[in-house]
Amino acid sequence: MPSDFVEISGLHFGYGRRKILKGLDLRVPRGKVVSIMGGSGCGKTTLLRVIGGALRPSAGTLIVDGESVNELDRDGLYRLRRKMGMLFQLGALFTDLSVFDNVAFPMRERTDLPEPIVRDLVLMKLHAVGLRGASKLMPNELSGGMSRRVALARAVALDPQLIMYDEPFTGLDPISLGVISNLIRTLNDALGATSIVVTHDVRESMKILDYCYLMAEGQIVAQGTPAEMLGSELPYARQFFHGEIDGAVPFHYPGTDYGAELGLATRAR
Amino acid sequence: MERSRLDVWVGVFVLGGLAALLILALKVGNAGDMLGRGDTYTLTAQFENIGGLKPKAAVRSAGVVVGRVATIDYDPETFNAIVVFKIDQRFSRFPVDTFASVYTTGLLGEQYVALAPGGDEKLLVDGARITKTQKAVVLEDLIGQFLTSRAGESSTQ
Amino acid sequence: MPNSGSRHVLDNKWSAVSGLGRQAVEAFLRLGYATRVLGLTLMNSNVSARRPRLVVREVYFSGVLSLVIILVSGLFVGMVLGLQGYQTLKVYGAESSLGVLVAFSLLRELGPVITALLFASRAGSAVTAEIGLMKATEQLRAMEMMAVDPIARVVAPRFWAGVISTPLLTAMFTAMGIYGGYLVGVILLGVDQGSFWSQMQSAVDFREDVVNGLLKSIAFGIAISWIAVFEGYDAPPTAEGVSGATTRTVVTSALTILFLDYILTSLMFRGF
Repeated sequence: MPSDFVEISGLHFGYGRRKILKGLDLRVPRGKVVSIMGGSGCGKTTLLRVIGGALRPSAGTLIVDGESVNELDRDGLYRLRRKMGMLFQLGALFTDLSVFDNVAFPMRERTDLPEPIVRDLVLMKLHAVGLRGASKLMPNELSGGMSRRVALARAVALDPQLIMYDEPFTGLDPISLGVISNLIRTLNDALGATSIVVTHDVRESMKILDYCYLMAEGQIVAQGTPAEMLGSELPYARQFFHGEIDGAVPFHYPGTDYGAELGLATRAR
Repeated sequence: MERSRLDVWVGVFVLGGLAALLILALKVGNAGDMLGRGDTYTLTAQFENIGGLKPKAAVRSAGVVVGRVATIDYDPETFNAIVVFKIDQRFSRFPVDTFASVYTTGLLGEQYVALAPGGDEKLLVDGARITKTQKAVVLEDLIGQFLTSRAGESSTQ
Repeated sequence: MPNSGSRHVLDNKWSAVSGLGRQAVEAFLRLGYATRVLGLTLMNSNVSARRPRLVVREVYFSGVLSLVIILVSGLFVGMVLGLQGYQTLKVYGAESSLGVLVAFSLLRELGPVITALLFASRAGSAVTAEIGLMKATEQLRAMEMMAVDPIARVVAPRFWAGVISTPLLTAMFTAMGIYGGYLVGVILLGVDQGSFWSQMQSAVDFREDVVNGLLKSIAFGIAISWIAVFEGYDAPPTAEGVSGATTRTVVTSALTILFLDYILTSLMFRGF
């Protein structure tokens, strides 16, 4: 069994002419919680979709659990996805199904388990996220933090070996934030799974991480354990992890000279 | 539960649709006639002029629909129209000297074929030909006749 | 200066032409993509066939919930036909043919066309909005990540539900309309009941009128369902994107229905 669950090297991807990933290298060791951080729009979410096989890279190798994802056909891809669970940014619960049916959905669709077993499994998953009592509610009756937890229960419904989180901390109050980050760690260890967390929330994620990648403009610019990253001397890393306003990423969007644009230069003449 | 109630509604919906279709077929359309199409026999007749008679027009005897016009053809030898009827098997006792005429319902209505039974002992069998026919009355001819007779009347006066 | 001005006009003209060309290319691309989505839908319909529950559920939402508007509209359209037809036929003293007029109009044209227009705006738009919202809230992506094909699970059942519902609704609309014509013509205006029904029955041909009307409605059902699921599946994943797609479903369906109606009528009723 290779020690890395996900191995990526020299990965390129672009939407048409717009390049998103430019030669990305990344390894996710088995059983670890690894985070991919970076500013908005640096390609983190795209990277997750590429790993999940929803987008096809234009170059590079992408190996998940020993299988080369971009060479799989549809059936192979669907087989591989049974080993993956994904938590979407806003939960992506099915709005026309109850909490119970949402968690049961992957079991009913992908397995032939008899209904009583499905029921027990769903209640166990819901219990793990603390929402067994909410099983009869509809998604529109849940708070943001609760629907994120239901989505988490659904993502781990089939006991995946790889759990991917797309911005799991966005828009949550501090209590829900703590609950979710705690769940990410405990579920990972309880299931013996591997987790990839895409986020830009430094404070919350640093508590639960094993390893951290920092992404900028489609490439990995820094990596290390949380402690290493916080002490990094790299200008971009320092700016990112300490939230400095100006630095490697300038505060001002590139433009013409300020004085010239206001007409000050002309007036001075 | 909610699911089975939904199923019931869909069942009612599908049944309602099929019932509406059945009504359209039987009450509005003439599918009832078509169902009995197996029990028909064929008669032929030659007409000098059939006017506006069309296939599927009614064949009536004493005003009752007994069959329908199946095909209409033209005989280049005799310059006559050849009309084939399908007559309901229940009405198979027309004598050989039955008279076939093309009539119109009302003044401007659709045209149909009327069968007037004669008194012969022998009966028309399947595929037989009706020899005694009367051509359709064409409105223009009628008006023409009317005008000439009026002209004749006024000249004799 | 004047020289550069005229060049500017020329540039504008060219950009207008090239803009038109781009739009044409765009339209063809969309049609091609729509055809591919339809092909995928048909190929992935085995899930719908294996689990009819999925389709039954959608028939409830598109068909059963459209029932009231269809029946009420059918009744009123038939009543108007009875009234208008009576006024016109009375001029020629042919009131007894009212049944024929009502039945022909409804069976051949008004039944299939009005039902399809109502169905597109009531159910087609709802399907587009639903699929579009599922896309916008990442539900379709989530499904895909669970190794469940959204075309098979979400798109195909809605497509088939539309194809099944339209002819059934059309039959009910038409039957209701003929009853409406009967109410006004016979009960209200005093046309003879016997001639109303018997003339209708002898004039209406099952294959020529009933079956052709039904074929029309099936064609409309396929067109509406195709447009509705495609617009939803193709909608930009934003609030404006979904609302725009919903509008496009209604407009495109209406135009397609009327265009198809002309084509089908000229093919079906050539003898008349």
